Amino acid sequence: MDLSYSPEYEVFRDEVRDFARDFGDRAPPAGDVREWQTLLIAHGYAARTIPKDYGGYGAAPDVLKSRIIAEEFIAAGLPMGMSGQGISMLVPTLLEVGSEEQKRKYIAPTLRGEIVWCQGYSEPGAGSDLAALTTRATEDGDDFIINGQKIWTSTAAQADMIFCLVRTEPDKPKHEGISYILFSMKTPGIEVRPLVTMTGRAEFNEVFFTDVRVPKSGVVAGRGLGWMVANATLKHERGMLGDPNQAGTRLKAIIELMKEETVDGSRLMDNPVFRDRLLKLQARVHAMEFHGLRLLTSRLKGEDPGVAGLIVKLMGCELNHQLAAFAIDALGELGILYGGSPHLRNNGNWQWNYMFDLGLIIGGGTAQIQKNIIAERGLGMPREPKAAKA
Amino acid sequence: MEFGLTSEQTMMQESINRTLERECTLDRIRDRERSHWQMYYIINVLSELGVPGILIPEEYGGLGLGLLDAALVAEALGRYVAPMPFVGSYVMAPLALTGAGSEKQQRKYLSGLATGERIAGVAVSEQAGGARDGAGITVKNGKLSGKSLFGLDFEEANFFIVADKFGGLHVVDGYAAGLEKVVLTTIDVTRTVGVLNFDAVEAEPLSSGNPQATLDRMIDAGRIMLAADTLGAGGRMIEKAVDYAKERKQFGRVIGSFQAVKHLCAEMVAELEPCRALIWYAAYAFDAFPDQARRMAAHAKAHTAEVGTFVARTATEVHGGMGFTDLLGLHYWFKRIGFDRQALGGPEKNRHDAAVAQGWIGN
Ligand SMILES: Cc1cc2nc3c(=O)[nH]c(=O)nc-3n(C[C@H](O)[C@H](O)[C@H](O)COP(=O)(O)OP(=O)(O)OC[C@H]3O[C@@H](n4cnc5c(N)ncnc54)[C@H](O)[C@@H]3O)c2cc1C
Repeated sequence: MDLSYSPEYEVFRDEVRDFARDFGDRAPPAGDVREWQTLLIAHGYAARTIPKDYGGYGAAPDVLKSRIIAEEFIAAGLPMGMSGQGISMLVPTLLEVGSEEQKRKYIAPTLRGEIVWCQGYSEPGAGSDLAALTTRATEDGDDFIINGQKIWTSTAAQADMIFCLVRTEPDKPKHEGISYILFSMKTPGIEVRPLVTMTGRAEFNEVFFTDVRVPKSGVVAGRGLGWMVANATLKHERGMLGDPNQAGTRLKAIIELMKEETVDGSRLMDNPVFRDRLLKLQARVHAMEFHGLRLLTSRLKGEDPGVAGLIVKLMGCELNHQLAAFAIDALGELGILYGGSPHLRNNGNWQWNYMFDLGLIIGGGTAQIQKNIIAERGLGMPREPKAAKA
Repeated sequence: MEFGLTSEQTMMQESINRTLERECTLDRIRDRERSHWQMYYIINVLSELGVPGILIPEEYGGLGLGLLDAALVAEALGRYVAPMPFVGSYVMAPLALTGAGSEKQQRKYLSGLATGERIAGVAVSEQAGGARDGAGITVKNGKLSGKSLFGLDFEEANFFIVADKFGGLHVVDGYAAGLEKVVLTTIDVTRTVGVLNFDAVEAEPLSSGNPQATLDRMIDAGRIMLAADTLGAGGRMIEKAVDYAKERKQFGRVIGSFQAVKHLCAEMVAELEPCRALIWYAAYAFDAFPDQARRMAAHAKAHTAEVGTFVARTATEVHGGMGFTDLLGLHYWFKRIGFDRQALGGPEKNRHDAAVAQGWIGN
């Protein structure tokens, strides 16, 4: 094992540090989000590996450099570039399977934050079984006419465009009749209704399509290939969920809380029971952080990490949920406060996280689905017997 | 030897369940966020069944029943996440008055509670869960100063039972001069808690009998009620999850036919059912074997809270994304269980108290 970085990388780290020092004051919230994004792209700290022709920086992929950027930005307390489903999911998908025209038209403005996207995958009847989706697109000359409903669509209310899965070939088997299509959210016939969750906020929307007329040219990769395209996107989504950096940040906040918070005049840190629970969680956080490094190394070497890669979403989301649950317990009765209540700690974020993390355990493939994947793909165990053919 | 409920107890619980099934609809619960009227409505309906007077002696118009009966009520209220005061007003406050109030004080306060016309808040958070944010009440010339966080059944209380730092108990009028009330917003909109700030507030001491022992009994009883509430709420969440799993189809079959989903449901019920016996025993011991009361109450509270957290999470998970929305309202149960867990001391505090009660450690 050798955890040091070579001189080339240390030089790169210094460059990132210099940037953070010289330009840090232009970062949001003080500076404008889009200007910050433009600045990051120009220096290669956002859209780093995306070709210059499509508005990126055009560097060769280098996971160590990406990691150094992340480390230095976290250390300096600076926000990374814009995220959002357009940048994190659609752009990589278009790079992989989009037409030249689609790449030129959409990637650069998406990277600059000029086009905001939402993801139209899940439907009321198609969640874990995503391929069962029924929103249909029927041909009419150069257009498709779309009818149906999506659910869980984040940012649908703010989005300019949607990348959407629709059924174009109703007679084909369920995985083969789906197309992946891009269209404007301003198209007549689209209605967005906010969906309030248990957190009390509307983090999602339902989107209804009634005779929505969109050009066929929005289809990505080709008719009936939507399932393959969606899987390319989902790979990127699963990679984002269960991020160990987030667990590390949370753990730090809990340690601070335990040092500051007192019950009957003694610090929580001096309570052996809570300290023991904290230490158990700290070990898990470390394990997941180093697990992340191990996966990074496999990627660097081009090796398939196997089951180690398949467990990250399951274990990472669960760990985040456990961290929030622990913080609430440590706060005792204060842990039930919410809204703008007096005596509330951390803006109510522990409560919000605890609830929202349960959503993340469900979203992007539930814990049970993850376990099925680990057992079937990771351990080579037989698949569940299929009942009726859908 | 007979470890079970009497037919009267079963009938009482069934009739409360039936009433709540009819009256305590999700619409009423949602509306509670805007209006107190729904709460008074539920109190009214349950007053006809004698619920507020469950522990109050018959001579003051109550039913004069035992803590096990109260636990059965609490379970029913949890089952329907009923938006009404109970643990503080109709369990802990009556115990305070019968345990440490003079005959005159009992006469003055108990009959109004028994009919459900009056509501009593109970402020003992510091003694039960530990003092935070500089809370604590001191007494000078019979007047109270300081603050208490997390008074239970707070918002509509006509009067409060307040514990001071030295284990003394006091009755304070809800509109006494120098008393400031601050309602706290919590995750659970079906119950109200708040902060009482005292600035030399006139109070009536409850000093007959043994106030410190009475305070301990109040906390034990309150903990058993919160455990029973979680039992009811958790049981209902399991039923909802099982029903949903029998209906919802994915991959061409009902999700309840997936072994993973079946096991989630089986684990929930296997964990929760033993809590029922634990709570029954704790409630029975409260009246029959007082020397075990503290330990059993603490265990009932802590263990049911752990199981309740597991059930709340798992039942939500079985519902998939729908469980996470406001549409189904499943979160009212989820949050009620979350409230029960932290109120009157979380699991760690309760287990600590169980160790103290057994003489394993000093206080
Ligand atoms: C916070 C959150 C974020 C989300 N973000 C997005 C998003 O960005 N884009 C998007 O398109 N969708 C999103 N979703 C939707 C999400 O992908 C689905 O909710 C999820 O896949 C589960 O589908 P479902 O809700 O229909 O549950 P169901 O599929 O109905 O599942 C119900 C229960 O059955 C179990 N189950 C189902 N099939 C099996 C099986 N084969 N074996 C064992 N158990 C099974 C599940 O584990 C679950 O417990 C999000 C959801 C949430 C809650």
